[in-house]
Amino acid sequence: MSSVAGLLALLLHLALVLAGAPLLLGLLRLIKARMVGRAGPPVLQPWRDLLRLMRKQPVVADGTSWLFRSAPAVALAATCTAAALVPSFALGMTTAPVGDLLVIGGLLALGRAVLALAAMDSGTAFGGIGASREMTFSVFAEPVFFLIVFTLALITGSTNLDTASSVVNAGVGLRISMALGLVATTTLAIAECGRVPVDNPASHLELTMVHEAMVLEYSGRHLAMIEFTAALKLLLWMSVIAVLFCPFGIAPHDGPGATLAPWLWLLGIAAWAAKMVLLAVALAVFETIQAKMRVFRVPELLGMALLLGLLAVIFLFVSQGFAQGAP
Amino acid sequence: MSGPALAVLASAVGLLLALGVATAFSRAKVGFWGALLVCGAGAVVALVYLIGGAEPAMLTLPFGLAGQSTILALDGISGLFVLLLMLSGTAAAAASLDDHGHPPATAPAFPVFLGAMLLTLLAGDAFAVVAGFELMSLASFVLVVTSHREQSVRAAGVLYIGMAAIAGVCLIAALALLSAHGISFAAIRAHPPEGWRAAVVLALVLLGPGSKAGLAPLHVWLPPAHASAPGPVSALMSGAMTKIAVYVMIRLLFDLCGPAQPLWWGLPLLAMGLASAVLGAFRANVETDVKAVLACSTIENIGLVTIGLGVALAARAADLSALAGLALGAALLHVIAHGLFKTLLFLCAGAIQYGAGSRLMGRLGGLLQRMPITGCAMLLGGACLAGLPPSAGFASEWMLLQSVLGAVRLGGLGLQIVVCVLAAGLALAIALAGCAAVRLVGVALLGRPRSATAIAAVEAGPPVRWAMLGLAVMVGLIGLFPGAVLGLAAPALRALADTNLAGRADALGVSAIARAQGYVPLGVALLLAIAAVGIMLVLRARAILGHRGGPAWDCGFGAPPDWLPFGDPLTQYSAGGFSQPLRRILGPVLVSATVSVDMPRPGDTRPAMLREHSQDPASQYLFAPIAALRAHMSGLADRMQFLTVRQILSVMVTALILFLIFIAVLEQL
Repeated sequence: MSSVAGLLALLLHLALVLAGAPLLLGLLRLIKARMVGRAGPPVLQPWRDLLRLMRKQPVVADGTSWLFRSAPAVALAATCTAAALVPSFALGMTTAPVGDLLVIGGLLALGRAVLALAAMDSGTAFGGIGASREMTFSVFAEPVFFLIVFTLALITGSTNLDTASSVVNAGVGLRISMALGLVATTTLAIAECGRVPVDNPASHLELTMVHEAMVLEYSGRHLAMIEFTAALKLLLWMSVIAVLFCPFGIAPHDGPGATLAPWLWLLGIAAWAAKMVLLAVALAVFETIQAKMRVFRVPELLGMALLLGLLAVIFLFVSQGFAQGAP
Repeated sequence: MSGPALAVLASAVGLLLALGVATAFSRAKVGFWGALLVCGAGAVVALVYLIGGAEPAMLTLPFGLAGQSTILALDGISGLFVLLLMLSGTAAAAASLDDHGHPPATAPAFPVFLGAMLLTLLAGDAFAVVAGFELMSLASFVLVVTSHREQSVRAAGVLYIGMAAIAGVCLIAALALLSAHGISFAAIRAHPPEGWRAAVVLALVLLGPGSKAGLAPLHVWLPPAHASAPGPVSALMSGAMTKIAVYVMIRLLFDLCGPAQPLWWGLPLLAMGLASAVLGAFRANVETDVKAVLACSTIENIGLVTIGLGVALAARAADLSALAGLALGAALLHVIAHGLFKTLLFLCAGAIQYGAGSRLMGRLGGLLQRMPITGCAMLLGGACLAGLPPSAGFASEWMLLQSVLGAVRLGGLGLQIVVCVLAAGLALAIALAGCAAVRLVGVALLGRPRSATAIAAVEAGPPVRWAMLGLAVMVGLIGLFPGAVLGLAAPALRALADTNLAGRADALGVSAIARAQGYVPLGVALLLAIAAVGIMLVLRARAILGHRGGPAWDCGFGAPPDWLPFGDPLTQYSAGGFSQPLRRILGPVLVSATVSVDMPRPGDTRPAMLREHSQDPASQYLFAPIAALRAHMSGLADRMQFLTVRQILSVMVTALILFLIFIAVLEQL
């Protein structure tokens, strides 16, 4: 893909992702509402909320430092950067050489750490409880993430998301490791995005909150940025699952897509949108039939994901051992 | 051969030692100013030497052990560590100038400590390295007990000097085993150890210099000693001294024992490295003293370096030179990055201890507004501690994770599963360090002040601020240009594993495979900057700017009363509260934590008690049995006092005969 096409793909990708993140959240809420028999808000509601929040003047808690006021922007910038590195409809974007999976994990960790610090800065008990729980979960999520990266790097030979995705797209066959990795990644995504059963984003009970407890003190444009960050993070994790485990339909870097091929891009966008909607439906169904877990059960859930990740890697070693042993 | 760089650095050793004597007879400022100038010049010399290709040089001194001369040497490996030592030393000396009108009585030991560390690095024979190492231990002991009027400091000092003695004995024994054909490093290299000798050397090196570096299980001295010393001294101990011990490990295991060692040599390093990393990072989440948290994180980081060294040793034995280069590069980059950012963090901790009147996290809070420069420096250091991109901590951890990924090529299924567990444990340690960094910064710097002294905290003096600024600039540059630091490490990689990072490390970034995509810090930083500017523009165009203040909503608790302007400190999350979930989940596994609740019956007026007890597994499973054994042995020896004269004489004669037999056997060997 030429550099112009790469840049165009990146700009289109950013426009799609930034516009699509609140829509995905709206769709998710709508489906969940319909499933429990409510009419539900329109799909555009998250966008309307964001625009409304932007027009409200924020109230900042007394005694907080500059970090409290700048944290939402830093978290959003880190998440936007990570979102620019995860391909959606086309591979070979300008940012592809930077798009290492570990870097994406690091950027998400940056966003999380900054918001946890801001929660501590508010000086309230709820901020502390949210930050403490969020960081505790991250301690158990990080090993899962690295084992997934490990599995993918062993299969595809690279930790770069773009390269890994193109190898998977070219066909790696049906692998048990990929299936185990998919389950582990999905669990991790649910934990990272603070969805049921790890955390309930619609909770009204402060004592059960994790992510929401961290951002209780925010209002106005700060809250808008935080809400947008959460929506973007959900879309980002869904895109990661799509691009790694079912990259079908994504516009490749070479071959016929080497030149500007609008129909391949259109196909890629359609495939990506379809995958996002499917994942949103799946998540909505899952969230509706699940109850939120106790905080101290979450490490068990992530421990299960860790075991699956370990199994995925070990299966890979065993199968490679067989492949080397065969004549 | 004698290069000008070596001659200058050798005279720097002499100057620093002489400065110690001069300081004893004049004012403390003399020692600190002298150390500042010598270290600054030494840093420039080391940098020029490394950029100039690091030609190995040797210098024979006309004095030393009876009848022998002492050899000093400089090559790419020691050059890199000299650079780190000199940078860290410059910053620590500058920060020491701000003594608040109370010059420490132990000031003469400061330049001696620096000189001893430099001597250890420049050693070209077994005598010089032992002399430097032991002098380093002694000088740092003097500095640790600076405030010896406190009981905890004396206890830390006793533990420290005891462990230093063990480390010294192990180092001397290891070098004695190596120096069968002469004590110069050239003679040792010509006759590398084999068989059981090599295995014993490995064990002694891991116990001796390993304990000095803070490797589990001999790490227990480190948190109390680093917490007790004055700020600049703990900065130097954590940033530089642990790295000197790492250097001695590298010199003995990689260089002097030769490349012909088996693959399993890497495994003890991996095991001890992983244990240190996980345990250190967990304890960093539990400690409530700012300096103890930083010291525990030093244990973690030394663990990460040791894992890199372990992978490199195994890869070198398996002839995977590219992997050895990557792992060694990761270890050396982490040594430099951690050396500088930990120096920065300890200077911040020292500034907080003076400025806010305490280093207990439960008495701090809200310092980012009262000590803005220290606070910002600590934020940067915290980002490195947590390994967040694009900080200096991330690049080396990225390389380390990549080298662990590559380590699956080392051997069969058994080793691969070991590597897999190593990978998960490494990620756990890094995540725990992130959590500890958020806790440290969040409790100490943010929120509301927790004590009257924290409300009235004052910013550090100009020398400390300049030292912080210099270190922060260097740490920032390392984060953005890790390839440049790896360029300085190129001679070391060539000397240690006959490998390089050609095509894998350049000005833009680092990658695991030549000419493949890797980690591009500049790209990440640029994208972050673009995103931030974009967000600003959108906000400017669309949002209501500005904000108004008000009491924290806190779910309706409302404003604090007038007589508590910062609210009740107890309603804020404490350091202990923050890590409670982690202690509850991992505590029983890692530190045998137990909780006992004593709840009085209704009507009983005595208070309810919740007691938490935890113990480092090293003190529980290693030191406690040794102490018990010692008590038992002294009980046995006690019986000797009640023997008759005849029995005592027969014991003495038997001992003499046994000793003669022992010598006869040694002669036969």
